[in-house]
Amino acid sequence: MSQDGAATISRRRFLQAGATAALGAHLPGPWVGRAAAQAEGPLRLGFQVHRTGIGAVYGRWYERATTAAVKLINEKGGIGGRPVEIVAEDDGTDPKRGAEVVEKLAVQHKVDFIFGTLFSHVVIASAPRAGELKIPYIVVSEGYHVASGRLNRYVFQPGITDVRAQVTAVAPWILKNLGKKVTLIFPDYAFGHDHRDFFSRVATAQGGTIRALLPIPPTETSFTKYFPRVPADTEVLYHVMVGPGVLTFVKEMGEHFGARRPQIFGFIDSLEGVDLASAGLEFLEGTYFWEAFPRYAAATMPQHVRFYRERVGVNANGASVNDPRDVSTFSHMFGCWETLFVIKRAVEQSGYKKPGAAAYRAFIETLEGFQSFPEGTEHPQGPKRFVGRLHQVFGQQVVSKVEKRRLTVIHRTAIEDSMYAPEADYTKQPL
Amino acid sequence: MSLGAHLFLALLEGTVGALVLALTALGLSLVFGVMRIVNVAHGAFFMLGAIVTWYVSTLLGSFLLALVVAPLVVAAVAVVADRLVLRPIGYEPESTIVATIGLLYILEQVVLMVYGPYARPVTAPIYFRVDFPWFGYSGYKLIVGVIAAILLVATWIALARTKLGLYMRATQQDPEIAQAFAVPVGRVYTTAFGAGAGLAAVAGALIVPIQQAHYLMGLDALLLSFVVVILGGLGSLRGTLVAAFVVGLSDGAVSVLFSPTLAKIVATLLVGLVLAVRGRGLFGEEIA
Amino acid sequence: MTLGLHLGVLALLGVLQLVLPPFHHGMLARIMVLAAYAAGYNLLLGYVGLMSLGHAMFFAAGMYGTGLAISYLGVGVATGFLAGVVAGLAVAAAVGLITLRTAGPAFLIVTMMLAQAFYLATLYFNEITGGDQGFILSGLSLDLGGRRLPLADPVVKYNVALVVFAACLLLNFWLVRSPVGHILRALRENEERTRLLGYNTPRYKLFAVTVSGLIAAVAGSAYTLLFSYVGSTFAGIPYSIYPLLWTLLGGSGTTLGPLVGTLVMTYLVDVASSLTTGYLIVVGVTLVVTILWVPAGIVGGIRARWAPWLP
Repeated sequence: MSQDGAATISRRRFLQAGATAALGAHLPGPWVGRAAAQAEGPLRLGFQVHRTGIGAVYGRWYERATTAAVKLINEKGGIGGRPVEIVAEDDGTDPKRGAEVVEKLAVQHKVDFIFGTLFSHVVIASAPRAGELKIPYIVVSEGYHVASGRLNRYVFQPGITDVRAQVTAVAPWILKNLGKKVTLIFPDYAFGHDHRDFFSRVATAQGGTIRALLPIPPTETSFTKYFPRVPADTEVLYHVMVGPGVLTFVKEMGEHFGARRPQIFGFIDSLEGVDLASAGLEFLEGTYFWEAFPRYAAATMPQHVRFYRERVGVNANGASVNDPRDVSTFSHMFGCWETLFVIKRAVEQSGYKKPGAAAYRAFIETLEGFQSFPEGTEHPQGPKRFVGRLHQVFGQQVVSKVEKRRLTVIHRTAIEDSMYAPEADYTKQPL
Repeated sequence: MSLGAHLFLALLEGTVGALVLALTALGLSLVFGVMRIVNVAHGAFFMLGAIVTWYVSTLLGSFLLALVVAPLVVAAVAVVADRLVLRPIGYEPESTIVATIGLLYILEQVVLMVYGPYARPVTAPIYFRVDFPWFGYSGYKLIVGVIAAILLVATWIALARTKLGLYMRATQQDPEIAQAFAVPVGRVYTTAFGAGAGLAAVAGALIVPIQQAHYLMGLDALLLSFVVVILGGLGSLRGTLVAAFVVGLSDGAVSVLFSPTLAKIVATLLVGLVLAVRGRGLFGEEIA
Repeated sequence: MTLGLHLGVLALLGVLQLVLPPFHHGMLARIMVLAAYAAGYNLLLGYVGLMSLGHAMFFAAGMYGTGLAISYLGVGVATGFLAGVVAGLAVAAAVGLITLRTAGPAFLIVTMMLAQAFYLATLYFNEITGGDQGFILSGLSLDLGGRRLPLADPVVKYNVALVVFAACLLLNFWLVRSPVGHILRALRENEERTRLLGYNTPRYKLFAVTVSGLIAAVAGSAYTLLFSYVGSTFAGIPYSIYPLLWTLLGGSGTTLGPLVGTLVMTYLVDVASSLTTGYLIVVGVTLVVTILWVPAGIVGGIRARWAPWLP
């Protein structure tokens, strides 16, 4: 960080000069005193949140992580001396409503930035509107859609890693430690297809064999009938599921295989928001999960992780401190927290004051110029590398094992393990 | 797994699935048979049954009590809806469809506001795993299959042997003549609507320990019920039962052989075509 | 007088864009496209008496026809639009043929099942359609006599939406006053008698389903061009319920009803969403209240009370 610290300062000066020239007006820099800044009023962040629809469990925790981060930011003097105000709008996890919410936040509420979307169909339907309205749209979605280059220059994902990176990082570990013959079970829609495509690609390149691909239709509520299709010589069962049916899915998998199970490796998405101690999940003992951020508190946790858990309000089991049955989406919601601190950094370094073409250009170019975020209170999940041309952040991934109905971390990948050859370059697009 | 084991699992899963499906669809079939209306809110009653079960078994700690309370609560809701909405519009077929779509939204959204958007599990009262030589199976699912079968038989006896059943069958054949023979047609309608909702609620309650209670869970139940009821013929309880087995058993077998999404497409298209070509399904009466 | 009223409404919509603040400007553009969808629906429900729960498949056919043509064949906006219209026409004609012998609830359930199969097909062929995630069309612009008009521009967006809505409204207006329109209404009142009078009723029903589906497809195509997105959500059951809701609320069997219904409902949902998480309850309450107390809808109620001449 020390190296690009100097670089960003000169960049900031440069950008400010540019912004001032472009507007033909005097713009105060970020060093202007707080009194003057407060006259500008709060920095308003539009939060596109899944309060209802199938994404609601995630949305609820995204909102809690966001509230906690904003509270912390405001306690410490806000962003650029201005307090932060969240303007939340529910998108119903629906793409049409999502695009409308982007419009509403940008045009009616006149927010400074929009952030927080998770489900990829909402992101994809909303992104064109954000691009047309020329407002930075900072998603916390996990999808490969940002880094694929399919969206536009206004869309960023600086707070959470994408599925392709996650899969790339853990595939070698799976092949080396669990087995080479893998069967994949995944939801038959975009999120599942990312797993299907990227895991298959990485695994076969490294000497693994894909024994079978089992897509589950999105409307399915009963899963038992799919398990016979898992070939008998499967060494590793790779599962990922999402939506209200996840617990049923995992339970029925256990009922089917019992003690005769192959090695099982799941993405924690299959059990986000679900208590591992739920009845019927006993069979998960000794299976493995990918996590982004360990849900269960460990004896030796860094101080900033402890602090993050406390501020968001989760107990040692990753559930709400107010209701132990209310289990968090721990491996995703940190993305909102970290995103807010990235926004803070980009606003302060770019000298952003209020919406406008020049101000947004400065903000976007500053964000694209970021290269890394150090681990700490602002980035509790771990250190990050940011690739400006992809608008995507990269980080460490975690493999955990189920022991005594809790997840214990047994392996942590390096950031480099998740990096893949970039396919896109947003910085070449006009603003 | 060998082909024999495959078939055995398909048969087992298909039978349990068919019994639950028959129970879920039974109420829809009954309501259409007696009242000649398509109840689009049927799935919402199913969902409401599951939600009430979650509340009762979580707050009062008894799943068995929930099995009794849920259908009563849901039947009460249905009776109120019947009195306030369906009766005033005279059970006119298309208005009823619109009204029940409205009811579906109202129930879903009220549950969303009160219960929240979460999928919450209920622990099964009896949980064990039956370990066959080739695969394991949920013991609770087998019990659900048995309970569903008992309820189906009980409903059939109630319709065939009781006075209320007689009234319902008379109303089904001709409401005006039934009225002339002193059958209280209005009360029969209300009872049928309440009973149909109650049956959906029982199915929802039984399913909660397998699935989770979620405010959007009704749509799938509704679509499956439509498939079964149409294939079997609207208004024919026997047809509903037969169709549930056709769908349940073929679903298990087809999913093993083909892409499940493709299987669903084919099944849905088939149902549409059956109704378009043969308006009365396999057994039932003409609906138009 | 009635033609004047319709032209007046269109002129009003044209003038409104000059005074509306940006947010409502954008809302109205979207509402006009969706009102065109409702107008297509109304043609079938309001004038022929056929209640469908499968119109999302026509809307989505327009959407996918246009979206796939532009995205895979690289055609322009005009050709893409045409592809959507052709796709919609094909789907609508096929559905019309299949449902020829059905009416009432049977028609409703068959259309719903066919639409559900269509929805699942958009998921199944996800290699092509992008499944639920869908895909984006970006950087589209309309070539008008050598001038490139980017569809992302709010002014262009609004006016394209206005033209689409105007075309659908005027087609609707002309159709219901034509001899064919009278026969369609006769079908609604008494199909048997119409048939006995010597009209080939299946042919008119097929015609009505096709035109209704076509208009829905035009709206779907326009929606995808203006809002740059194609995805399977739009083929789902809720998107078949919406035009029913808008049409009933505005007044089924009135040419202006769909616009009024869409306008009122969209704003109701938007306002309710800031009051409660269960904001879609307004959809349910509106349906029940309408069917109980104002079965004729808003414009239908006005017609019954004050303006019997309204078409």
